[in-house]
Amino acid sequence: MNTGLISAAYVVAAILFILSLAGLSNQESSKKGVIYGMVGMALAVVATFFAEATGNYFVLIPALLIGGAIGSYIAIKVEMTGMPQLVAAMHSLVGLAAVFIGVNTIIDPPLKVGIEFGIMEVEVFLGVFIGAVTFTGSVVAYGKLAGQIDGKALILPMRHALNIALVVLSILIGYSFAASNGVDSAGVMQDASTWQLWLVAILAGVLGWHLVMAIGGADMPVVVSMLNSYSGWAAAAIGFTLGNDLLIVTGALVGSSGAILSYIMCKAMNRNFVSVILGGFGGPSGPAMEIEGEMIGTDADHVAAALDEADSVVIVPGYGLAVAQAQSSVSELTKRLRAQGKTVRFAIHPVAGRLPGHMNVLLAEAKVPYDIVLEMDEINEDFPNTDVVMIIGANDIVNPAAQEDPNSPIAGMPVLEVWKAKQVFISKRGQGTGYSGIENPLFFKENSRMFYGDAKASLDALLTRVS
Amino acid sequence: MKIGAIKETWPGEARVAMTPQSVAALAKLGHSCVIEAGAGAAARFNDADYTAAGAEVLPDAAAVYAAADVISKVRAPEGAEIGHIKAGQTIISFIWPAQNADLLNSLKDQGATVVAMDMVPRISRAQKMDALSSMANIGGYRAVVEASNNFGRFFTGQITAAGKVPPAKVLVVGAGVAGLAAIGAATSMGAITYAFDVRPEVAEQIESMGAEFVFLDFDEKQTDGAETGGYAAPSSPEFREKQLEKFLALAPDIDIVITTALIPGRDAPILWTKDMVAAMKPGSVIVDLAAERGGNCELTVENEKIETDNGVTIIGYTDLPSRMATQSSTLYANNIRHMMDDLTPENDGVIVHNMEDDVIRGATVVHANEITFPPPPPKTKAIAAAKPKAPEKTAEEKMAEAAAAARKNGQMQMGTLIGGSVLLLLIGAVAPASFMSHFIVFVLACFIGYQVIWSVTAALHTPLMAVTNAISSIIIIGAMLQIGSGEGWAVVLAAIAVLIAGINIVGGFMVTRRMLAMFQKS
Repeated sequence: MNTGLISAAYVVAAILFILSLAGLSNQESSKKGVIYGMVGMALAVVATFFAEATGNYFVLIPALLIGGAIGSYIAIKVEMTGMPQLVAAMHSLVGLAAVFIGVNTIIDPPLKVGIEFGIMEVEVFLGVFIGAVTFTGSVVAYGKLAGQIDGKALILPMRHALNIALVVLSILIGYSFAASNGVDSAGVMQDASTWQLWLVAILAGVLGWHLVMAIGGADMPVVVSMLNSYSGWAAAAIGFTLGNDLLIVTGALVGSSGAILSYIMCKAMNRNFVSVILGGFGGPSGPAMEIEGEMIGTDADHVAAALDEADSVVIVPGYGLAVAQAQSSVSELTKRLRAQGKTVRFAIHPVAGRLPGHMNVLLAEAKVPYDIVLEMDEINEDFPNTDVVMIIGANDIVNPAAQEDPNSPIAGMPVLEVWKAKQVFISKRGQGTGYSGIENPLFFKENSRMFYGDAKASLDALLTRVS
Repeated sequence: MKIGAIKETWPGEARVAMTPQSVAALAKLGHSCVIEAGAGAAARFNDADYTAAGAEVLPDAAAVYAAADVISKVRAPEGAEIGHIKAGQTIISFIWPAQNADLLNSLKDQGATVVAMDMVPRISRAQKMDALSSMANIGGYRAVVEASNNFGRFFTGQITAAGKVPPAKVLVVGAGVAGLAAIGAATSMGAITYAFDVRPEVAEQIESMGAEFVFLDFDEKQTDGAETGGYAAPSSPEFREKQLEKFLALAPDIDIVITTALIPGRDAPILWTKDMVAAMKPGSVIVDLAAERGGNCELTVENEKIETDNGVTIIGYTDLPSRMATQSSTLYANNIRHMMDDLTPENDGVIVHNMEDDVIRGATVVHANEITFPPPPPKTKAIAAAKPKAPEKTAEEKMAEAAAAARKNGQMQMGTLIGGSVLLLLIGAVAPASFMSHFIVFVLACFIGYQVIWSVTAALHTPLMAVTNAISSIIIIGAMLQIGSGEGWAVVLAAIAVLIAGINIVGGFMVTRRMLAMFQKS
C-alpha cells in the first residue's frame, strides 16, 4: 500500500475517532459512536498492516490474534462492578506499550540529523517517562481498586521531596542519554545504547507507584481519569517520535479527555487538582462543629411502610452499592415502586463510586432506565418535595457539613442536599465514617433513620415487604 | 423486672399505658409484663391480645400493684391507688408535679420512685419519650375533627352542579405540636388555614404545613424560643394589644378557631375575647385546647360544648386524646417503652436509675425518699440558638458579582490565549519545520478534544474512559511498523507492544459496547 493511501486512511481514522467521542454526548448516539471508533481503529490497523515498512508477519499476526483474543475474553467476562479495575489495568497496558515503542525507536532509529534527532530524543524521553508513570501508577490503581492493595493512602516521610528528586534524576539521566547518543552528519548512529532509557523508565515507574500509593479511596476517580490522560499524552509523545499524525491526534484527544474528567472530579469534591495528585487529605482548619442528637436505627418494616406511603422517592447510591453488588436488588425495588405509580429517581453525585460515571453503568447493568438517573445539579432542588430519600452506601457526598461547617475538611464541596427531604433512610454497614474520616451530621438529623446492614441484605429484606 | 399497667380510674379516661405491641417490645428489653384484666378494653385492646403478646393478665389493680416492680399509668395515681404502692416501686405516669405538691409528698411517703412523663426535657434525644408532644399531636388532630363535627359545612371548597361551596377558613392560635397537627389536619381536609404564634421563628414550620402565618405589624425584639426550651413566653402588653386587634379584625371572616396557646406554669392566656366571639358568624366553631388551664377563649367551659347566643359553638373538651384511645394508647405506650429503654441501658431487664442522665434526671420527681422536683436545668440546650442570618444580597449586588466574575473569566481567557500564542511563537522560532507541522496538529487536536469532551454527558463517563482507552491503543501502529523494520530485541519489544495494545483495543471497544447496550430508556 502506498504512503498516500495510508495517510488518507489515517485522516479518516482520526475523524472517526473524533466522531466517536462526540457520539458519547448522549445515550442514543453513543452506540453509533462506538461503531465509528471501531471502524476507525480497523482502518488504521489494516492500513498499517499493508504498509511497506510492516513485515515479520509470522510474529505480527499471532501477536494481534492473541491480544485480540485475550481482550475479547476479558471484555465478556468482566463484572460491571469491576469496571474501575479493568479501566486501570487497560491504562497500564497503554503505558507499557509506550515504553517499549519508545525504547525501540532508539534501538532502531529512523533517519534523522541534527536538531531533528535531538528533538526526537526529547520526545522519546517524554514517551518513556510518561509511559512508565502511567504503567506503574495504573498497576497500583488496579491493585487498590481490586482490593489487592490497601486502599488507604501511603504517606511516606519527605514524599514531596522524593517525587521531585525522582523527576530531577530522570531529567539528568535523560540529558546524559541525549548527549551520548547522536548521529553524525550522514545520519549514522554513533551510540545506540538504551540503558539510560531503561533507567528513566524504572525511575518514572517508582514515581508512578509512589504517586498513586499516596492517594486513597474516594480520590480514585481523579486518579483513574488522570492516568487516562497520561496514557493519551504518552501516545502523543510516541506519535511525535514516529512523526505519525494519527497517533498525535488520538493521543491529544485522549489526553484532553482525561484532563477534563480529572477537572470535573476535582470540582465535584471542591479540591485542588494538585493537592489530589500529591495525595493525602487536607487537614481541618479548625474544630469541627459539634453534632447534636443521636443516630436512630430502624428496620425493614419501617422503611417499607415509609416507602409505601411516599409518592416521590429518591435513591442515592454510593460506593457501598457497588461493594455489596446490590444493583439488581435496587433495580427490582425501583421497578416495584414505579409499578405502584410512585416517582422514583436516582441522584448521582459526580464522584460517587470509584470511577467517573461508575454508578450510571451499574444501574444501567441492572436495567434501571437512564432517564430516571439524574445528576446532582438536576435533582438537588427537588429534595424539599421528596417524601423519602434512600441512601445506599454513600456518605461524604450527602454530608451537610460541607455546607454548614466552614471548618469541615470537605467544606465547600457540592453535596446532594438529601436532608431537605421529609424522611431520609441511610443503608449503611455500621456507624463508621466515610472516606474522609469525618462525622456526618446527616445521620443525627431528626428526619434521618439508620438502616444498618449490608446493602444487598437490607434491600432484599425490603423487597420481601414491598409488593 | 416486672412492668405492670392498670385500668385507669379517672372518669372517662379510655387510654391505657400498655399495648400488646409495647408488651412485645418490653420483652426485648428483658422485662416481663402484667396487666389488670380489662385495662385495655376502652382502647380496644383485649386481654387475649395481651396474653398472646406475652403479658400476664391479673384480676384487679391490687394484684398488679403487688406483682409489678414498675407501674405504668396514664393519669397520676389517686385515692386508694396510692395505698397499694410498695416501697421501691417505680411509678411512670403523667404527674404534673408543679400543681400536685400533695401527691408528691404522699408518693414520697410510700417510698416510690416517680417518673413524670410530663417532665421529660425537650431535647432531641428525648423526643421518642415526649408524651406531651405525642398527646398534643393527637389533640390537635382531634380538635379539627370535633370542629368539623360541629360545623355545618364542608372544609374544602367545591364547585358542584348544585352550586358553589366556599372553603372553610380556619385560624389556629399557637403553633406548638398541637397547633401544627391541627394545621395539618385542617389543610388536608381542604380548609384555608391561618395560624398565629408569638414566636416568629415558627413561621417557617407553619408555612411548611400549608398554613399562612398571620403577621403582626409590630416591631419588638422577640425572645428567642430557644431560651425558654422551645415553649412560648408571656408577651408584652403592647404586643398583646396589637394581637387582639388583629384577631378582632379576623373574627368575622373565620369559621373555625382552634386555640392551643399555653405558657408553662401559668394559666392559659385569654386570646379570644367575648367581642371576638360576638363578631363571628353563626355556625362558627371554637375548639379550645387550653380548656383545662382556664381556656384561651373567654367563654370556654371546661369539659363542655356550649353554644353562644349568636350561634357560635365553643368546645372545651379536655379529653381529646382519650377520645382517640387506640391511637393515643399506642403512642403513649411507645413513649413509656422508650423511657424503659433508657432506664434499661443493657437491655437485660435490670433498671438503672441513672440520675446523671439529663432525661432521666429531668423526668424523675421522687427518688430515694426525696422529692427531686424541680430538676436542675439540663446540660444540653433544648434547641440551638438561632444563628444570625447573612444579609440577603440585593439583585444589583448579584448582578455586579456575576459581571465581575464574567470579566475575570474573560481576562483569564485572554491571558491564556496571549500566553499560549507567545509560547507557540517561541517554539516556532527554534523548532524545525517538520516538528512544527506535527505540533500544529497536536495543538488543534487538543482543542478539538477539549470542545468534544465537554459535551459528553456525565452518565457516560465510564464508557468514555473505556473508549478513550481503546483508541489510545492506536500506538499499536507504531509497534506494527517496528516489528517489520527491526530485528532482535526490537522485534520482541514490538511484538509485546502489539499484543498488549491489541488486548486493549479489542477489550476496550467490546466492553464499551457491552456497557452502552445496557443503557435503556424507560
